[in-house]
Amino acid sequence: MNARWAYILGGFIIAGIIVSYAMDANRTESVLSFSLRYAVPLILAAMVGIICERSGVINIGIEGQMLMSAFAGFFGAALTGNLIAGAMIGVGTGMIMGAFLAVGSVTWKMDQIIAGTIINILATGLTSFFYAQGYVLPGVMPTVAVPLLKDIPLLGPVLFNNGLYTYAAILIAVILWVLLFKTIWGLRTRSVGEKPSASDTSGINVPRTRFINVTLAGGIAGLAGAYLAIEAAGTFERGFTAGRGFTALAIMIFGAWNPLGAMFAAIFFGLTQGVASQLQSDAVFEIPPQFVNMLPYVLTIVLLAAVSGRVSPPAAVGKPYEKD
Amino acid sequence: MSVTDPSKTDLGFSDPDPQRGGPLGRLPSIVLPIASVLIAFAVGGLLIWLQGVNPFYAYWVMFSTALGTPEGLLRVMEKSTPLILTGLAVTVGLRAGLFNIGAQGQLLAGAIGAAWAGYAFTMPLAFHIPFAMAFGMLCGAAWASIAGVLRAYRSVSEVITTIMLNSIAIALVDYLASKPFKEPDQPISRTPEIAETAALPNFGAIPTGFVLAILVALFFGWFLMRTTSGFRFNTVGLNSNAARYAGISVKRTIILAMAVSGALAGLGGAIETLGVTGRFEPAFNAGLGFDGITIALLARANPIAAIPAAILVGTLRSGAAALQFETGIEPEVVDVILALTLLFVAAPIVGRFLFRKRNIKTTRVTSGWGS
Repeated sequence: MNARWAYILGGFIIAGIIVSYAMDANRTESVLSFSLRYAVPLILAAMVGIICERSGVINIGIEGQMLMSAFAGFFGAALTGNLIAGAMIGVGTGMIMGAFLAVGSVTWKMDQIIAGTIINILATGLTSFFYAQGYVLPGVMPTVAVPLLKDIPLLGPVLFNNGLYTYAAILIAVILWVLLFKTIWGLRTRSVGEKPSASDTSGINVPRTRFINVTLAGGIAGLAGAYLAIEAAGTFERGFTAGRGFTALAIMIFGAWNPLGAMFAAIFFGLTQGVASQLQSDAVFEIPPQFVNMLPYVLTIVLLAAVSGRVSPPAAVGKPYEKD
Repeated sequence: MSVTDPSKTDLGFSDPDPQRGGPLGRLPSIVLPIASVLIAFAVGGLLIWLQGVNPFYAYWVMFSTALGTPEGLLRVMEKSTPLILTGLAVTVGLRAGLFNIGAQGQLLAGAIGAAWAGYAFTMPLAFHIPFAMAFGMLCGAAWASIAGVLRAYRSVSEVITTIMLNSIAIALVDYLASKPFKEPDQPISRTPEIAETAALPNFGAIPTGFVLAILVALFFGWFLMRTTSGFRFNTVGLNSNAARYAGISVKRTIILAMAVSGALAGLGGAIETLGVTGRFEPAFNAGLGFDGITIALLARANPIAAIPAAILVGTLRSGAAALQFETGIEPEVVDVILALTLLFVAAPIVGRFLFRKRNIKTTRVTSGWGS
């Protein structure tokens, strides 16, 4: 999106939050906390998309990678009785799913959209088949309050009193921004996604770079899945990623393939959800619940339609690299 | 610009390859899907065996209940009908370089549209059935056109929009069936029953809808291979730049292809409503999921081959309930078998192994991403 519009929009949102805080502090805090929690998996999933597409690989299979990791993470945590172990199993599963996409799109040079779709369908099938009822998590992850910072009005309770996943998501977005734009790895990754033939000439191993990046990105999708099952829902249900993997792709595009842009886009997305569900529970307007449910999907399409043509994807995205 | 720009859309199937020629040379295009299905069945059998059930017995239960009794056969035909049509919907999209993952949503639009047209009007039988069916198709086409127009004019990837439109459709029809179109004085949300004049009859033991779906598939076989419009679809799908040079309006073709694709899925929903369920109820048409994609890729985007592919999927789907009843195996095993079939048929695993060929052509649809 055009940077100026982003700043104007951001300014309005911040002004709105301050006005709302002055009117009703508790409710504003709860809406903002909800928004941030809603944004966490979207931030993480958008980072997956960014890493893959910056390396030149479309990852339409984030949804399936998340679903599979949520499944493995939940049952891992329930069976081992350890939430951290569950999260690790989720991340590991995500990496395996990432490697799956890497093999399909890099090694076999399959059509990347079809490879991703296969991941989605396979994940839906496997998790539905092996789904079992009656498992519970051994507890809940503690929230960690940052000393001093947590006492800042408004920002403190919203930003500095969260679960570990929330801090991890924000940290990953910031680190990824630094890695992409300030390090050699980032330069190589971006060059492989923009002009792989030039990267090849300068001695970068294009398939290897893509393979490693896509696999590691899968680990982040695994973290997003683990968050959904272990922290957000505390359970696993069939198909419960509910399209977040696709929404994350829209957020990635809305954030112009920039980790920080995507992070703010995801929080904006969460904010619309927070406000909508607050309005509904307050019964300010008579909104049928179905319309609240479809809001994220409608918004995804609107965002895509609004920004398309204003941002450009990495030039080589979607194209298997063929040495000439 | 070479004529076969691999980054665009190289379907890699369906059209006779001049270099192969002869029945033996074309063998792989038939052998590959069959081999994929067999290997998927073997892996599925392994899963069943791991659950402590004899896989041969399990498959025998599935196929004998689905195909061995008149009622079973009727169920298979009823189940296969929307599958043929959604498979065709995906096929038509693929031919024009579009990946329509939204057949489910378009089917729902068609199903509720036909239900409304079926109960809200009174007219003679000769008009009512075609009217309700056409209205269902129109609803499906309109729903898909949202994605088509966004793709043509805003370059928004239809992959994301169609899947989002699926979720929106699920919520929307749920709302329609619970509020404006709801049958009055009923605790459950569903539409009133369609008028008798709108109900699709059966031809003896064969549902009319099934016959209709096969005729539509044959028509599209002819349409895509033999007509100018079909040629336009294929050209845009194979190389949109070449199509533009040849004077074909790429935008119009994309919108048209998406609308036709949606109309086909909508027809599937309309037949379901008019011929099987008799009304729209949100739970009825759930869970069609991604079967259309599996069918289209299994049939290698060939409309006529979509018929047997859909019947196979329909047989598995209708046998799954009996499988659970007899052996306790979850019916979701079918989802795994179908997903594996898709994996084997679309990824070059089986092809490499069977034919020892390094450069197996795989399906391509990637085009117009993001910007």
